[in-house]
Amino acid sequence: MEPHEEKPIIYTMENKPIVTSLYGSLTQQLPREPMEWRRTYGRAPKMIYLEANFVQFKEELLPKEGNKALLTFPFLHVYWTDCCDSEVYKASVKEDMQRWQAALRLHGSVDWIIAVVESDNKKKNKTNLLPRTSIVDKIRSDFCNKQSDRCVSLCEPLKESSRSQESWSSFLTKLRTLLLMSFTRNLGRFEDDMRTLREKRTEPGWSFCDYFMVQEELAFVFEMLQQFEDALVQYDELDALFTQYVLNFGAGDGANWLGSFCQPVRSWNGLLLRRPIDMEKRDLIQRGEASLLDLRSYLFSRQCTLLIFLQRPWEVTARALELLHNCVQELRLLEVCVREREFRHVCEACVNKKLKEALSSVEAFEKHYLELSHAAMEMYRAIGRLRSARLVGKSLAEFYMRKGDPQSAENFLLDSLKSYVSESWGLPLTHTRKQIAECQKRLQKMDEYLQTSALLASDTNLSDDERRHFCQEILTFATQTAEGKGQQKDARVALSMSSFTRLQELRFRPSSALVHVSAALQLELRLCSLMPVPVTLEQISASIHFTQEQPGSTAQKRAAQNPDGTVTFPAASPASGSASALELCEILEHSSSDNALSSAGVACRNMHLLMRRHDSSTSLDTPNTAPAVAMEDAAQMLRASDVTLLPGNNSIVFTAPSQKPGTYTLRQLCATLGRVQFILPHLYPVVQYEVYSQEPQLSIQPLTEHLLAGLPQQVKFTILTGHYSVKKGDALQLSNTDSMPVLHSSTCSARILSSSAELLAESALSIQSSEKVTSISLPVTPPYHTLEFLLEVLCHIPSCPARMESERLTNGQISRRSRTRFNSGMTLIDQKVSVDCPWSIYSTLVSLTFHVPFTIKHSLLSAGRRKFIQVCLRNVSDTNFRLTNQTLTENQHSPSLELCSLNTKTHSLVFRQQCVFSVWELRWSGVLPVSVHCEFSAAFAPADAPDAALKPYRYDFTLERVSTLYSVRAEIRPAEGEQQCCTGSLCRLEVSLTRLSEASDSDEEYSETDGLRSSRLLYEVMDNSSNWAVCGKSSGVVSMPVAAMATHKVHMEVMPLFAGHLLVPSIRVFKYQPRLTSPVIQPDTDSCLENDSLSLEDQAETASLRSRGSVQSLGSGESAQPRGPMPKRQAFGPGQVFSGTQGQQVLVLPAADLHLMEVNVT
Amino acid sequence: MFHYTVHTSLDVVEEKISGVGKALADQRELYLGLLYPTEDYKVYGYVTNSKVKFVIVVDSSNTSLRDNEIRSMFRKLHNSFTDVMCNPFYNPGDPIQSKAFDSIVSTMMVQAC
Repeated sequence: MEPHEEKPIIYTMENKPIVTSLYGSLTQQLPREPMEWRRTYGRAPKMIYLEANFVQFKEELLPKEGNKALLTFPFLHVYWTDCCDSEVYKASVKEDMQRWQAALRLHGSVDWIIAVVESDNKKKNKTNLLPRTSIVDKIRSDFCNKQSDRCVSLCEPLKESSRSQESWSSFLTKLRTLLLMSFTRNLGRFEDDMRTLREKRTEPGWSFCDYFMVQEELAFVFEMLQQFEDALVQYDELDALFTQYVLNFGAGDGANWLGSFCQPVRSWNGLLLRRPIDMEKRDLIQRGEASLLDLRSYLFSRQCTLLIFLQRPWEVTARALELLHNCVQELRLLEVCVREREFRHVCEACVNKKLKEALSSVEAFEKHYLELSHAAMEMYRAIGRLRSARLVGKSLAEFYMRKGDPQSAENFLLDSLKSYVSESWGLPLTHTRKQIAECQKRLQKMDEYLQTSALLASDTNLSDDERRHFCQEILTFATQTAEGKGQQKDARVALSMSSFTRLQELRFRPSSALVHVSAALQLELRLCSLMPVPVTLEQISASIHFTQEQPGSTAQKRAAQNPDGTVTFPAASPASGSASALELCEILEHSSSDNALSSAGVACRNMHLLMRRHDSSTSLDTPNTAPAVAMEDAAQMLRASDVTLLPGNNSIVFTAPSQKPGTYTLRQLCATLGRVQFILPHLYPVVQYEVYSQEPQLSIQPLTEHLLAGLPQQVKFTILTGHYSVKKGDALQLSNTDSMPVLHSSTCSARILSSSAELLAESALSIQSSEKVTSISLPVTPPYHTLEFLLEVLCHIPSCPARMESERLTNGQISRRSRTRFNSGMTLIDQKVSVDCPWSIYSTLVSLTFHVPFTIKHSLLSAGRRKFIQVCLRNVSDTNFRLTNQTLTENQHSPSLELCSLNTKTHSLVFRQQCVFSVWELRWSGVLPVSVHCEFSAAFAPADAPDAALKPYRYDFTLERVSTLYSVRAEIRPAEGEQQCCTGSLCRLEVSLTRLSEASDSDEEYSETDGLRSSRLLYEVMDNSSNWAVCGKSSGVVSMPVAAMATHKVHMEVMPLFAGHLLVPSIRVFKYQPRLTSPVIQPDTDSCLENDSLSLEDQAETASLRSRGSVQSLGSGESAQPRGPMPKRQAFGPGQVFSGTQGQQVLVLPAADLHLMEVNVT
Repeated sequence: MFHYTVHTSLDVVEEKISGVGKALADQRELYLGLLYPTEDYKVYGYVTNSKVKFVIVVDSSNTSLRDNEIRSMFRKLHNSFTDVMCNPFYNPGDPIQSKAFDSIVSTMMVQAC
């Protein structure tokens, strides 16, 4: 009997061959219908299909006491009988049954059934016999005392009748129920026993193998019952138990039985999943001789079988992987030495035979290894695991390298490298690159090898020793002379510079990066050497692209250059190109004709980097795509020879060529080291400098903020020589003017400055003056230098501020050489100087503006008949002056006139923005002339220069209508009977107008009445402070006879509005013309500045009076009414009317009553 | 070379991420579980919402670290990483030099050993 029986066994006992024919249909029909199996231990009930094998009962086959075998266990015993004769039953069958029952009882088997088969033929033969039921009843009473269901009758099972069908199906149900009961009972008992056994596992002498067999038995049963899930659980439990033991062993808690698993692995046949049960291994386990791998493989094969039964094949692979790892770990834990260990992922898929074949010879192994590696790579590629594919490729490359086939290895390595570069994985990148270097060295690909070496030498992930090694490789190669192999002399190796150095900054000196032709321009290149050792370069050069200067093409300035003349190179990230940001700059284009802005925009400067296709472009870092780092030939170069680059930051200074004007653009950078050249194909950002050529220029500027007229002032001559070199004998010719002579100074010297404003020399100037021309001999000055010297000039102050003059220039041109302007209170004098320069045939016209430091004003003051002249001199400059010798003279030298100075001081200081007043009394005898011409003169000098020569200042003016014609007096008296003036009470205002002189004014208008000449006067009461209210007329016209001491008195009523000392209202007097006879001659504002202000003021006051008149007094409106042709009034000249009571005050008392009077006057 | 292992594991991470997207599975689950085991190591993956990947490589003999422990390690790592990112002085993309992050990683390493 096979131990792994597929079906549970049902032992049968029969005495008639007819029953055997039933077995076939029984075995077929038993599993037709499912049964619900209720499980112990709370396991979920399940529906199972029962199957059975029917085996002839033999007593010796019954399991002995203590036999745990479940597979061979008789789950059910069936006694078949077709006996229908009670006699026969009594005679033999009953006895036989009793014997059977006894045997069963002896073995403790309680699962039995007696089946009574009835057949028709027997019925026919023995019709007179007892009814069949009696036999069944008999059997029931004999054997099934309590379990009447243990006896079943089968009615003609081989017939198709419904009766037989019914009995047949009920028999099947019975059979299933009993079988299931037996299972439940027996399996439950078995499981209990098994659990007990497991509990004992800590006891010495417990054997895992024995337990394994027991639990596997259970698994077999479950498998037999088609309960694969349960079967798998058994194996998984065993697996877990074993794993735990191994782990405990690893932790130092060893069990004795584990010893057998610790034996060295001598052979392992691999996994065999074809057979459901590997009996060989099972025997080994049973004997306790299995090795770890044996046990594991057996366990795994069983698990796999069950998983396949369960139709979960994918779990097989998952578990296989786990198994492999587990095994490796466990072998290590158990310190099992493994002689042949060649595990790979792929092995499991390979058939045992193949593995055997692979292990048979090196060649075959290699073949298989390659095959599998390629298969794995393809598989990885197919499922999109490119990185994994590359890793397999890399290990394949390592294999090739070890085999000495660098050719095959290279591509795999480069492929891996590419992915590491693109994803910037530093350490794998370095490691792979090292392998590539080795590979390339073996392949003698020197260019690539050197490039890789350079990259490695600059790789900070490597140790210093390694970096030095790779650097030395380059140096050694570089110093080798190109001997042997017939190499060409120019066999130079061009490498990318990015691996060698990193550019940091480029600095121009001077920082403007703009120099004139053949001027010195230096470029300081700062770079960081990435090499671990100092490297001496034969030469570093930068090729230059030169573009001829084009006028107006300087629109796009060097945007990348900072104002301080530096160009900062962007720090190159390892993954350069992919992560570069947009670099935007503004572009302003000016049109070439008028330099006006013609267009403005924004441009992306690194568009070529961003817009290119990324997949097709390859980074410079990858040495396989050797970029075209050919050195381009350029006409001009920056060169620095024998430069030693130390590790880290270095600075190299180049001298830039600047022979021709134009734009110089740096293109390539090349470092030469023997046969090796490191080349940077494009300098980015663009580095440019410009060389220009310049026309000579002359400028004349004041040394101070304002040039002051009347004093010697220094002006600075600046000559930018440009491309012109000043030769000996060259001179500047200044045309002289009378109003601005050039003053000679003995200590006049010129300074020569270089273009960078360094003082080079100082030499004396020789100045020669002829009548018309001042000639200044210039010292010899090289081109593009600056010549500076100071010259003292004096601009005369014109005595009359408004006088203009025009003079004939030396070159025959008639031009206004100096022009006087008035500007913000200062008088400005523009002086034009014509200069003939040696480099030009044309004269240079330079304009200088001088400021007159003073403004002056005069006024005529009167006291009755006496006249005084006041001169006010205001210093409008920012300089303090000393002022002496202030004199006032009369121009016509009239003997009757005398000017007496009332000034006590002859010297005075006039501070900036301050005034000095001086007063003279005009005395005369006889008739005073109508106009008096005076001249004020003074001498001045800056106050802070005590020894400076005094310069004259003159001022002419004319006084007209000097003599006093009228005297006006106003008097206020309290009303009749009052002692004092009181607020709110009327007072009397008496105005008396007195003609003082008989002599008439030229423009006075007279009327002849009765042979008496009289002139009409308009008087007005002016109360600016609103202290008085005028009652009645405030103005009026009187006719004055032209006679001395003719007096006219006018009375008016005024009312004081406030108490206190109030000013007497002033009285103004005008000439009155009743009708408009002739157009009024307005005072000439241009010619007579001092009068101007007076007349303007006058009119303004009239206007204000008019507007006020209607409010102030209703009766005063006669003159104010705008009616018909306006009567014209004309002001008297200053000094013609003398007010005798100007400033007089009247005491006004508050009103006696307490009534508050409120008068609103606006 | 752990870097190779980690680098290769990105394949599986990408596969898992794209798988998640397709299946519209619980997208809040950031832990990717065991990515793939090798003979000596188990590689676990974790991906943040902004697709920052964390990978933990564990000695495969280390059985004390179960799935849950690994998950909590990742969570701790993620929290610390978030703190680093919140630092206004940190430029994303620069190597992380945070001491706090370093110490978190170190303690996890010590704990794992």
